[in-house]
Amino acid sequence: MNDLAAATAAPLTGASPAKLKVRDVHFYYNGFHALKGINMDIPEKQVTAIIGPSGCGKSTLLRIFNRIYAIYPKLEAKGSIELDGENILDPKFSMNRLRTKVGMVFQKPVPFPMTIFENVAYGIRHHEKLSRADMEIRVEQALRSAALWDEVKDKLKQSALGLSGGQQQRLCIARGIALRPEVLLLDEPTSALDPIATGRIEQLVEELKHEYTIVIVTHNMQQAARCSDRTAFMYMGDLIEFDNTEKIFTKPSKKQTEDYITGRFG
Amino acid sequence: MSAVYARRRVVNVIALGLSGLATLIGLIFLVWILEITVQHGFSAMKPALFTKITAYQADGGLVNAIVGSLEMDLMALLICTPIGVLAGTYLAEYASSTRLGASIRFLNDILLSAPSIVLGLFVYVIVVLPMTELTHGRISFSAFAGSVALALIGLPVIVRTTDEMLRLVPGTLREAALSLGVPQWKLTVQVLMRAAFSGILTGVLLALARLAGETAPLLFTAFGNNFMTVNPLNKMASLPQTIYQYTGIADAALNAIAWAGALLITLFVLALSLLTRIMFSRKKVSYE
Amino acid sequence: MSAISAEPIPRDTEHRSRTDARHDFIFRLILRFCALLVLAALLGAALATLWGGRDVLFKDGLHFLLSSEWNPVENQFGALAPIAGTLITSLIALMLAVPVSFGIALFLTEIAPNWMRGPVSAAIELLAAIPSIIYGMWGLFVFVPFMSSIEPTLNDTLGNIPVIGALFQGPPLGLGLLTAGIVLAVMILPFISSVMREVFQTVPARLKESSYALGSTTWEVVWDIVLPYTRSAVIGGIFLGLGRALGETMAVTFVLGNSYNLTASLLMPGTSISSSIANEFNEATELHRSALIALGFLLFVVTFIVLLIARYMLRQLARKEGR
Repeated sequence: MNDLAAATAAPLTGASPAKLKVRDVHFYYNGFHALKGINMDIPEKQVTAIIGPSGCGKSTLLRIFNRIYAIYPKLEAKGSIELDGENILDPKFSMNRLRTKVGMVFQKPVPFPMTIFENVAYGIRHHEKLSRADMEIRVEQALRSAALWDEVKDKLKQSALGLSGGQQQRLCIARGIALRPEVLLLDEPTSALDPIATGRIEQLVEELKHEYTIVIVTHNMQQAARCSDRTAFMYMGDLIEFDNTEKIFTKPSKKQTEDYITGRFG
Repeated sequence: MSAVYARRRVVNVIALGLSGLATLIGLIFLVWILEITVQHGFSAMKPALFTKITAYQADGGLVNAIVGSLEMDLMALLICTPIGVLAGTYLAEYASSTRLGASIRFLNDILLSAPSIVLGLFVYVIVVLPMTELTHGRISFSAFAGSVALALIGLPVIVRTTDEMLRLVPGTLREAALSLGVPQWKLTVQVLMRAAFSGILTGVLLALARLAGETAPLLFTAFGNNFMTVNPLNKMASLPQTIYQYTGIADAALNAIAWAGALLITLFVLALSLLTRIMFSRKKVSYE
Repeated sequence: MSAISAEPIPRDTEHRSRTDARHDFIFRLILRFCALLVLAALLGAALATLWGGRDVLFKDGLHFLLSSEWNPVENQFGALAPIAGTLITSLIALMLAVPVSFGIALFLTEIAPNWMRGPVSAAIELLAAIPSIIYGMWGLFVFVPFMSSIEPTLNDTLGNIPVIGALFQGPPLGLGLLTAGIVLAVMILPFISSVMREVFQTVPARLKESSYALGSTTWEVVWDIVLPYTRSAVIGGIFLGLGRALGETMAVTFVLGNSYNLTASLLMPGTSISSSIANEFNEATELHRSALIALGFLLFVVTFIVLLIARYMLRQLARKEGR
């Protein structure tokens, strides 16, 4: 256990400084021990992918990074996660502050039942008082960053529910980055999308990593291989291996990782 | 063996035949009641119904009752809609798995089928009697009291529909809004209620359909009035109460007016029920 | 694409957090208050009617319950006749409505072709949407004459059966307990049948299929598989109908005949708790009014218990399904 912690927490060669330092994180729901002491350093302005079979705890871990799990009763996280040196699991770290720093995009596109413009403006409006003109600039910037502007600029006043699935998901990304977070969490963002829409999202992730620290959970190993710098492999609540993506997919050091990426299980 | 099999088949055919007959009986009563209402009501329709007040009795109309019904139904909705929507929201969003939430949901279902006449008595005791005391009898029965009684009929319908409709909203929508750092109340009011708006509206329309046809709670609250009034502190006539009054008198002309009123109210209520059913047939919530 | 600024924006998140927390707290308080109003309505209805009926209930409650003499002029108030009337009419309604509702539910879930199910069940449920005053009018003007035309036949047939014959003896008034019971039966039909139909649909297909595979007939599947599986919810639906029947006012007031005489015959006029209140309340004063409110209290308590049982039984099936 301690060996593993030491191994996985060791700085990676060529990594940028750690944005999130995960230290001995345990997670319990209804008495079930879902994460068993996770240690990892998520590097700044890079893409970190978390892979592993269903139920391995990868989404659970992601959902601790912005404490979204806390909206449900009977869930408990222990350990510490430092964001720029501050422990976000500390109740004193306000939810409001955490969520403006750490944005999240979910598995299924979930546009709000509002216009396209309002979808993006909604989060900003809660945190900042902006003039109408400033708001328009911010919304446009966010939509441009999410590579959606050209498709929706003429129908900003229309309902977001009329967009295609892929457009909705990019809208959700725009909504997330409109708050200018530092970390962006993507929870299987393409699992509900067709291959073309998936390609666009992956391309977008590639562009966004210059500005944001990105953590992406995916069940699709090719996706992790294509668009991440680091890959973590999890299995049954443990972090088995965390290394450069290239290394994980070419010469993993753990047998379990190799079995998984070669499709022997999972 | 074959005798047993034959017997089983005969039993089966008889049972299935009887069930078809049962359905037919149900439909016959529906058609019978509607046919009678339409026939009597239609032949009693006359312009005076909509221009004259009930004070003229057989030569009069129903206009004060129609206005009274509209006013009291509207006031009742104004009372029970906000309370019902907020209470339903509490059940769905804040107390979906607490003991208090479970008990309130349970008791709300009971209120849904509680005897309406007792709710009328309740309002008589808590509104009419105190008002009489306070004003030394100047105000006793009132349209306001009637509206409160009707609101008690509509309330559980709205609570239940709101609760169920909000619970149909996918949890991911909650997570998405909360992950933007939006507080729970904003999420609830600006995202969830908007997402469930059409469903909640169904609940309000269903509540209107139910309370608009109620008579018993109005008898000792709004009482009735032969003259036109819109003052909520006056006694006020309503369609169901006027129908009740005119049905109980052995006078063919008054009975005819009662039928006309019955047709009006039936059309209104059935139209509302059908409207909500067609509009939101996909999100069906039982409201019995 | 132009270079896009993604600079984090400095914000006073601590202040925002505090105001958000305060607003959340207030919002939650308002919501909880509204939810508690539902509780208050039920509790208030019970307490208010208990209070309003205190002069009768607390002075000589037992006499009130057991005496059949109801004489406002003499200030004599015995509630036996309206209590009996309420129970008898509701019982008649159940005896008629339960088998018919079961038939309807069976027809709609197992027999009717698919295209027929939607419209027919919608039509049956329309019965529940018709205002009760319409049932009352139809009962008085149409069904009472109809009953009085068939009552001589009832006298001559059912009336001659030993023991139960007495129930069907009497002048062909058309009014009375039997007529009220039948009108109530029609009213509660849609409630019971829709509960039955809904719970029949929850029976897992594999249960039914395995029985069909053994060569069972449709009736046997329903009687041996569907009904036992849904038993508690079916009983719940029946109690729901009973709760409705007990408390119904407008549908029975005109057709009962408003008589406080207790007789053995169902063809004789009677009264019920709700119709006594509706008929007399606005003319009543003092003790008479108190007695009527006390009747309301009794009605409320009885229906509350019946509906409690109904909801409890309905919960059972939901629990079984793991909902």
